[in-house]
Amino acid sequence: MATHQIYLTVNNSPEVVLVPSHMTLLQMLREKLALTGTKNGCAAGECGACTVILNGEAVNSCMVLAVECDGAQVTTIEGLAHDNLLDPVQAAIIDQSGVQCGFCTPGVLISSRALLDRQPNPTEEEIKEALLGNLCRCTGYTRLVDAVKDAARRQAQTMV
Amino acid sequence: MNNAHPGLPEFDYVKPGSLAEASQFLVEHAGRARPFLGGTDVFVRMRDGFWPSDYLVDVKNLDGTNDLRFDAVTGLTMGAGVNMNRVIGSPVVAEHYPLLVEACRTVASLQLRSRATIAGNICNASPAGDTIGACLVLDGTVNVHGVDGFRKESLATFFLGPGKTTLKAGDIVTSVVFPVPPPESAGKYIKLGRNAVGDLAIVGVSVFGFPDPGKTSGYCFRIALASVAPVPLRAKEAETILANKPIDEATIAEAALAAMNACNPIDDVRGSARYRKLMVRNLTRMAASQVFQQLTGQA
Repeated sequence: MATHQIYLTVNNSPEVVLVPSHMTLLQMLREKLALTGTKNGCAAGECGACTVILNGEAVNSCMVLAVECDGAQVTTIEGLAHDNLLDPVQAAIIDQSGVQCGFCTPGVLISSRALLDRQPNPTEEEIKEALLGNLCRCTGYTRLVDAVKDAARRQAQTMV
Repeated sequence: MNNAHPGLPEFDYVKPGSLAEASQFLVEHAGRARPFLGGTDVFVRMRDGFWPSDYLVDVKNLDGTNDLRFDAVTGLTMGAGVNMNRVIGSPVVAEHYPLLVEACRTVASLQLRSRATIAGNICNASPAGDTIGACLVLDGTVNVHGVDGFRKESLATFFLGPGKTTLKAGDIVTSVVFPVPPPESAGKYIKLGRNAVGDLAIVGVSVFGFPDPGKTSGYCFRIALASVAPVPLRAKEAETILANKPIDEATIAEAALAAMNACNPIDDVRGSARYRKLMVRNLTRMAASQVFQQLTGQA
């Protein structure tokens, strides 16, 4: 079984990791880098719990091989807060009571972050499309959509 | 060893430096190696114990397979590695091939579309493939690289059965090509899933139409049906009806009936054969009506 040495940047930190061919990006993050905020749900690209930002795009990390990420930039839930300040999507989901069991939350926040990075002022339709691949079984989606709207407002204020 | 569940079974990842190298490797390891693009179908099949492979050969980013180019004469050349979000976000695709955008938007979720490709959807050859119908009615062809070099294949003859195509060991689809669409054309994809978004199609109907003075009705229609036969299906008889009779509600209803009679669905977990047939009729009528309204400016 082949292993590969890959170089990538995770949450702005350079990493060198030795990965077997069949290891997914999700497994590498959790098992090699101990970044267990990214969750393993369905392992089939359906639930979105494992969503990370790969080279600027939200992806299901269970559907990407780690070896494919040589040279890549990855952002996980652990990379959202900076300098003891929550990312606006994190602050908003707390204030909008968008968290219950919390299992889908990292994926939801990453999808929200990726959306606001490409569209700082999204419509409700755009928010729903961005969160469509993040299944939540307890809070429901209304508060999540509200949280993204709130996050967009907060982000706009901090940018003024 | 990392055997965390649920993971993929063991295989070796191979990243060739060129298409020639990739085809050579695939043919030398025929039956033991499989090419992949986004992997969104391949990984799931492998994880579930289907498609055991000793080697997965990454054919993204080889010799221009990541390019998306439009030319006013030759049309659209979409590299096999172009993911669906890139198709959706491309102004040139939105302008000339909105049906491709519409079809891509029905596929799974945004995260999956960051990886999933139209070329992969075609190679996977699922009768339910959401983008295949659009590719068929837009008269798509695929460029294939094999051990003997390049060749073109029409999608009209590409599909042989569920998961089966004319591709042989060593063959790699490098791009999907679409001619410039006829002027004033219009298209519609209606997908019926178990829920409104994200699911696989129980039935999918793609309709594409354009003014054609050579036809008795003055219009040419192309209709493709998903998930209702062993292969993605063109409803030729329905198309003929819409070409040969003045188009009104009754003609569209007759064509929809012909589409229903053309398909040969199965019962499965997503729906019964009978339900599928009835839905083919309804959705064909709806899609053809909407396209006709667009063509006649009544939309």
